[in-house]
Amino acid sequence: MNIVEVEHLKVWDTNTGKVIIHNSSFEVKQGSCMAIVGESGSGKSVTCRAIMRLNKPWIRQSGTMLFQGEDLNQLSEPEMRRKRGKHLCMILQNGMSAFDPSCVIGVHIRETLQQHFGWNTRVIEQKIIHAMESVMLRHPREILNQYPHQLSGGMLQRIMIALALVLEPDLIIADEPTTALDTISQYEVVEQLIQLRERMGCSMMFISHDLGVVQKIADDVMVMKDGEIVERGSMHSVLTEPKHAYTQYLVSTRLELSNHFKALMQGES
Amino acid sequence: MLKVEGIEKSYNQGGLFSKNKQQVLKQVTFECQQGECLGIIGESGSGKSTLGRLILGIERPDCGTISLDGKDVQDRRVRMGNISAVFQNYTSSINPFLTVEAAIMEPMQAQQKLRKDQGNSEKVDLLLSQVGLDPSYRSKYPHELSGGEAQRVCIARAISTAPKLIVFDEAISSLDVSVQIQVLQLLKELKEIYKLSYVFITHDIQAAAYICDRVIIFREGQVVEIVPTKQLKDVQSDYAKRLLKHLITF
Repeated sequence: MNIVEVEHLKVWDTNTGKVIIHNSSFEVKQGSCMAIVGESGSGKSVTCRAIMRLNKPWIRQSGTMLFQGEDLNQLSEPEMRRKRGKHLCMILQNGMSAFDPSCVIGVHIRETLQQHFGWNTRVIEQKIIHAMESVMLRHPREILNQYPHQLSGGMLQRIMIALALVLEPDLIIADEPTTALDTISQYEVVEQLIQLRERMGCSMMFISHDLGVVQKIADDVMVMKDGEIVERGSMHSVLTEPKHAYTQYLVSTRLELSNHFKALMQGES
Repeated sequence: MLKVEGIEKSYNQGGLFSKNKQQVLKQVTFECQQGECLGIIGESGSGKSTLGRLILGIERPDCGTISLDGKDVQDRRVRMGNISAVFQNYTSSINPFLTVEAAIMEPMQAQQKLRKDQGNSEKVDLLLSQVGLDPSYRSKYPHELSGGEAQRVCIARAISTAPKLIVFDEAISSLDVSVQIQVLQLLKELKEIYKLSYVFITHDIQAAAYICDRVIIFREGQVVEIVPTKQLKDVQSDYAKRLLKHLITF
């Protein structure tokens, strides 16, 4: 059973006539985590935003995108708005620009939850504080009264995950959630994402250029280059026996970095 | 060569008349030798970028001294041509109105106001080839470059005045992993050619271990530990151990 089936997705820029994604077809299985890897400019973020239908208005898309049997491309904008957040949830790279900078975090969260569930303020606060505690955020009540610029990138990332926990979406799209973070918060965010999947059993699409993180979280991997899918398969087979030259290149460069480090850590004492 | 002694720095917090001060650096002392690559590893918000700005002389410490070959870096004549920097944000660190050629020549021209020598334009070709770009890049503008290319131009600009020390402030963090490794290899080569010293500020321990001779583990404005890279696995402090344990390797 597939939760997402994308067929012949084509994305192009109407201003320049440039085709960003040529013809990609893939599916995400119910309850699994699929990672999209590739260098910057390979079209991995555009693919995900195409599923959310959040690309800029001059970027057009065609093809079918079945989400739980429904074609997202055919939905009207109000129907799509109801899908976003509640069924399809996105975790963005930059926490600073993902939240409204002019109001405190609590306002943003209240707005989102009221829109989708119509709960009152007290219920919302209770639910979100519970969720924030479960992603290891200390003093959640104070955080709700702070502005995004007062919080660190890792904390904002975890607030987004907490919000996803309350919304209980069917599919989570995480667009480079760990790239902008330092080592310790990266580790914690990845742990939280793994737990989020275990707790809710939701499907996930995970975009990253760091194969180390991908290896920790993903079941399936899709490698993209210049808007085309060059290789697809289970995580283990793609990362240990890459077939395409580009995948081999990605794996070898990553290995060079960590082999040196591993040699240091195991080497002469 | 570079000597940092007991520096402290604090910033005003809150409004214009607020007396609250946030201390960013507390009694930081270390040295960097000629030809050495020194890594500074820390979490975001630990004050490592502030330390970088102080070494570059862009800001003044509240107390303590930073000296290069015994001379204080607050004097711009000491810094001129001797200290360069490469920053994280490659898109904003090249003037968008300048071509690659003009951007690389800028520091050389600034230096030549002091001493007159010519032959810049051949030097640009040489610098571009040293960072692995061909001469056709001379007439390009920053927005036409990819992240890795732009960062290479920044490196070419940094080495153009043949400095003694280059400060890299998260210079490779926003690049793809495959490009990171190319840039790191390039930096290693350049270090041999120019006998440079590097101060390499990063949160990525693996990258630091790849290039650095010694690393400083930095936390909340203080030096936790200074350790040679070869003995990285024998770190003593709890924080450094935790840092290594939480690393996601491939």
